[in-house]
Amino acid sequence: MEKRVFFKGWLLPLLLIAPQILVSAVFFFYPAGQAVWQSLFIPDPFGLSMQYVGLGNFKYLLSDPYYRASFFTTGLFSILVTLVSMIPALFLAIVADRLIKGAGTYRTMLIWPYAVAPAIAGVLWLFMFNTRVGVVSWYLGNLGYDWNHVLNGSEAMGLVVVSSAWGRISYNFLFFFAALQSVPKSIIEAAAIDGARFWRRFWTIVLPLLSPTTFFLLVVNVVYAFFETFGVIHTITSGGPQQSTTILVYKVFADGFVGQDLGSSAAQSVILLVVVGALTVFQFKYIERRVHY
Amino acid sequence: MKKNSIGALAVSSTLLSPIAAYAETEVHFWHAFTGRLGELVAAQVEDFNASQDNYTVVQSHKGNYSETLNAGIAAFRAGEQPQILMVFEVGTATMMAAKGATRPVYEVMAASGAEFDQDAYIGAVKGYYTSTDGDMLSLPFNASTPVLWVNRDAFKAAGVDPDTDLSTWQNVDKTLTALKAGGSDCPLVTAWQSWIHLENFSAYHDVPFASKDNGFSGLDTELQVNGDAQIAHLTAMGQWAKDGKFIYTGRRNEGGANFRAGECALFTESSAGYAGIKSEAKFAFDVRPLPYWEGVGNAPQNTIIGGASLWVMEGHEEEEYKGAGEFLSYLSSSDVQAKWHQDTGYLPITAEASAATKASGFYEENVGTEVAVIQMTAKAPTANSNGLRLGSFDQIRGIIDEELEAIWSGDKSAKDAMDSVVKRGNPLLRRFEQANR
Repeated sequence: MEKRVFFKGWLLPLLLIAPQILVSAVFFFYPAGQAVWQSLFIPDPFGLSMQYVGLGNFKYLLSDPYYRASFFTTGLFSILVTLVSMIPALFLAIVADRLIKGAGTYRTMLIWPYAVAPAIAGVLWLFMFNTRVGVVSWYLGNLGYDWNHVLNGSEAMGLVVVSSAWGRISYNFLFFFAALQSVPKSIIEAAAIDGARFWRRFWTIVLPLLSPTTFFLLVVNVVYAFFETFGVIHTITSGGPQQSTTILVYKVFADGFVGQDLGSSAAQSVILLVVVGALTVFQFKYIERRVHY
Repeated sequence: MKKNSIGALAVSSTLLSPIAAYAETEVHFWHAFTGRLGELVAAQVEDFNASQDNYTVVQSHKGNYSETLNAGIAAFRAGEQPQILMVFEVGTATMMAAKGATRPVYEVMAASGAEFDQDAYIGAVKGYYTSTDGDMLSLPFNASTPVLWVNRDAFKAAGVDPDTDLSTWQNVDKTLTALKAGGSDCPLVTAWQSWIHLENFSAYHDVPFASKDNGFSGLDTELQVNGDAQIAHLTAMGQWAKDGKFIYTGRRNEGGANFRAGECALFTESSAGYAGIKSEAKFAFDVRPLPYWEGVGNAPQNTIIGGASLWVMEGHEEEEYKGAGEFLSYLSSSDVQAKWHQDTGYLPITAEASAATKASGFYEENVGTEVAVIQMTAKAPTANSNGLRLGSFDQIRGIIDEELEAIWSGDKSAKDAMDSVVKRGNPLLRRFEQANR
């Protein structure tokens, strides 16, 4: 049951979408076009000369096993960040929804971490887990666990995932909480009278009704994990140890702005563009089918 | 918003005092120093501005070394570059290859008419920034070299004589065993692992880091860090890491916090760590020369520098270059250099400044501050110990860091890790060669 509005003629609709098209052209199509163009060259950092290499940058990248490994790292990282930020958020939202006293205070406090910038969140977690002076690593040391994310890739991954997901929990909480409020009480009461217990009501009624929100958050969180976690990774691990936390976006930055290799960096952004585009199409085509509006 | 109002203020004050504004040519200087070092740079600039009326140097801080270089590059692309840009030693090859973006310092000096004798500069310091024809391309500004810092109290606590000979790694090896046996949790820690344990290690033992004289004589250079000497050293360090005698804390100078807190007995770190260690350490400490492996290569040769130099950017008025030349000449004057050396622990860049410091009795009062100077200047540098001139070097250092981490964690043998550095680093050198053909 799609609703459609028909306009007579072309002028008005064109005029109405013009601002959006303009913004997209200036801030998206133009830079994206530049990236595609630059990916065909090896320029020197100062822009004094350019060597045309055709698809040479792409060949160079795809023949690099570390670049290929970075796809896997990015996939793992995004899945973990999405899960770690959504599941606790849903749980907290359900719990907060059932609160009778002090709900406002709890809600406010749960939303707070969202106000912390990713880079600062990174530094906070880094201090807690600092291998020599961190509070948490000190307690872990007392329990006999030698925490060292500087050398241990899995620990480093765990730390950047938690740091990236932490602030996102608040964001997701906000959406889940709002969605829970809009689940009609009458349906839940009817189910309760029919003898359905809490978890059964949750699985069969609440969760399906939350599916549009869940889908929205899934897309938004994957995009977040792909693009916006840069600050956290930069402050905590700089992609190490041994590239175990080098996600695609971080590599674009490292090659372009640390290594001054703008050709490779441009080629990487083109690849990233394709990957994220494909992912979004996939999400809308296959996952959205399971969403009930 | 704030910027605008300051701009407006500047404009209005210029309008009110037209004479002052037109007599003085502005020279912009972008640097990477904050804190104490930032204050010292600001003081140098103020002194220079007060010393004459023709030029005004405007200094601005642009972030850390990498960020400052990036800011300079981005500004050049936008046509907004400063006259003087600070570039760390790792960015040297990038700057040298950018002909048309930079103006060699020796030319600037010649044109400005300022006094400039290239031979007055210490060979090991200027060598890093000099063309193969012997012309200085950028002015060394802050140069340091790695030394060994000793926490004497930690030695005593572990029952080891703090005056024990630590000049060779063979002796350090025995000492680390004794420290560990004496209950030390952190016998050895390091800062800047690639710089100290590979780059300086290679120079100090007179073995090549890369072909073509470490990149000095051609862009078609290849890494040679998988030589026997380097592998033997890293194998030993890997074993120390495994035995808990060497504690790895990170790629930069994270280890400094552990050493200054008194946790660690030995610390390999830049001589410029002096100011920080002196002000924070609540224990007796010593500075010793960097150890070497007895019988390996021609050790001890000289160590190489780290730090930054000042590059003059193209695209400005001749009058501004004169000002830049005057300022650089002021910076390398003996008094300014001697003060800088004594305040910061960075090396003096001229022999005269070094002699002035010695004559002032500074080295007697501050024991150990001379170690770095002697270590750098004891022998004339060879083709292996002039420094390094490799493109994409910041990235190559990143690769080296990753592979060293693999050694410390026991994932790879030193040989496998260094072979991998060569295999991964060479394509970056080839790309740099291609970009700067």
